[in-house]
Amino acid sequence: MAKVLMKGNEAIAEAAIQAGCKYFFGYPITPQNEIPAYMAKKLPQIGGTFLQAESEVAAINMVYGAAGTGARVMTSSSGPGISLKQEGISYIAGADLPCVIVNIVRSGPGLGGIQPAQSDYFQTVKGGGHGDYYMVVYAPATIQEAVDVTMEAFDVADQYRTPVTILGDGMLGQMMEPVEFKQPKKRTLEEKSWATTGYIGDRPRNIINSLYIVPSMLEDTIRKRFERYEVIKKEETKVEVYNCEDAQIIIAAYGTTSRICRSVIEAAEEIGIKVGLIRPITVWPFPDQAFEEYANKDAVKAFLAVEMSMGQMVEDVRLAVNGRKPVHFTGRTGGMVPTPKEILDKIKIILEEVN
Amino acid sequence: MAVVFDKTKGLTDKAFHYCPGCTHGIAHRLVAEAMEELGVLEKAIGVAPVGCAVFAYEYFNCDMQEASHGRAPAVATGIKRVLPDNIVFTYQGDGDLASIGTAEIIHAAARGENITVIFINNTTYGMTGGQMAPTTLVGQVTTTSPNGRDPMLAGYPIKMSEMLATIEGAAYIERVSLHDIKHIKHAKKSIKKAFENQINKKGFSLIEVLSTCPTNWGVSPKDAMLWLEKNMIPNFPLGVKKEVE
Ligand SMILES: Cc1ncc(C[n+]2csc(CCOP(=O)(O)OP(=O)(O)O)c2C)c(N)n1
Ligand code: SF4
Repeated sequence: MAKVLMKGNEAIAEAAIQAGCKYFFGYPITPQNEIPAYMAKKLPQIGGTFLQAESEVAAINMVYGAAGTGARVMTSSSGPGISLKQEGISYIAGADLPCVIVNIVRSGPGLGGIQPAQSDYFQTVKGGGHGDYYMVVYAPATIQEAVDVTMEAFDVADQYRTPVTILGDGMLGQMMEPVEFKQPKKRTLEEKSWATTGYIGDRPRNIINSLYIVPSMLEDTIRKRFERYEVIKKEETKVEVYNCEDAQIIIAAYGTTSRICRSVIEAAEEIGIKVGLIRPITVWPFPDQAFEEYANKDAVKAFLAVEMSMGQMVEDVRLAVNGRKPVHFTGRTGGMVPTPKEILDKIKIILEEVN
Repeated sequence: MAVVFDKTKGLTDKAFHYCPGCTHGIAHRLVAEAMEELGVLEKAIGVAPVGCAVFAYEYFNCDMQEASHGRAPAVATGIKRVLPDNIVFTYQGDGDLASIGTAEIIHAAARGENITVIFINNTTYGMTGGQMAPTTLVGQVTTTSPNGRDPMLAGYPIKMSEMLATIEGAAYIERVSLHDIKHIKHAKKSIKKAFENQINKKGFSLIEVLSTCPTNWGVSPKDAMLWLEKNMIPNFPLGVKKEVE
């Protein structure tokens, strides 16, 4: 298929449709409004349903109901709306339901602002809702990558019976880039024999549920889910390692921020500083191994996490590096975007310190 | 030997966990019988609430989903939009439907979702130990209105059926009671109609069922029935509040 020029939000919506998503439940919030608008136009044309819910709380629970029937279903939101969805996401994780959630992050806390941010990393990656659970979180850096991971997200959600989040930001959602829609690698997906579709007498009735009143049964269920998480870690972790051979400083950055960091790498090269980039494409599971590998190299003097937040992913970098090398942080927050110069200056300071 | 009574196939063999004399059991049976008689059990997908009926998914003999507190109408919407030809119902208490889930029920009605809602009004939060509910009567003592519900402090009980009847999207709203055999028989008819409406794609139907909670009211099951009749019915008048032909 030829490349088409598309806005990030619309490209994500189209990718979902091409992945077989026929149901979308959402509520308006900037900067993701193009996703519901696209779905409202397109889904009825393919026999699907778009519904504007009365709130994000209702939207995520509609997703729960639809996912429980085995349908491919999606919702999208940002900041305050994602906060409201946390209860539902916890129930979805607790009932092992597959679905895709798009989070086009804006700045917070509170009403915050509508400019791009990465300050919802903790909320998305470390739970957000109550209870012991994780979900797969993709953090695409380009619109093409957003399309690719969105299409893959539906397969991953079905394969592991888990919610999957696409963690974007206002910049990714709003800008335009050429994209191509390619089906992801074929996976063998099991029939959804657990779905509530009416039992038609030929199977035991199905129940979608997250309540286990007997503690040992709940523990067993959670342990089984965590065994699946281990498989996800092994099979689904995605990372890009760029320019890290002989690098003195390795930047850790994801999404939009990683694009700014690439230009820093070039600028640093020109003044004789070798900088590499480890870019998590999945932020959960976090690509620990890539960080471990480079933390063990003598050439590497330090790591620098760069984020559009006060420093959230940096905690995962520190866990992965595990004291083997210093881990620094720089970033902007509140909808401000770090400049290449700010990042380069920070690199120079770090190098002065280590030398 | 002639069989004079048979338990409905609409219920599983699991023993109810409800307190003795609690009308949740009667309401379950009526809903289950209605579905069996209409032959929709195999197509039915029920949504259980958070409240004393949280284990409804173990009792109704059909596919079930357990929703979070108050969100059953949203969950039912998600199901029904994917499977419009299946029969989708929610079973919710008054804390669930008339307090935390007010937005969800009103908007499901406004959209005219073609679902059946069974709304159990027992004027209290049974499961959490008898707190004040949005339906608690003025003067009624609960653990969180120890001196009786004071409207100056805690406002007035909500009449959900009357409120929902004002909504254009609602097709059928009726309040029924379970306090004696005559009313139970009538409740059964109304519940059945609420399912028939769905089969005939008439849209949103809700049956408010006046129920007892002898445990938290602190009275015997028999006295609970009398208390319902004497105190609840004057505040929550029975009857059809809306019916679209
Ligand atoms: C979000 C949330 N808040 C509070 C609770 C605790 N809770 C469980 S049941 C319940 C009240 C249920 O009362 P009602 O809906 O009237 O049903 P009943 O038990 O009387 O049948 C509450 C508040 C919960 N489970 N979830
Ligand atoms: S607490 Fe009340 S509503 Fe709950 S089962 Fe007991 S009597 Fe019924």
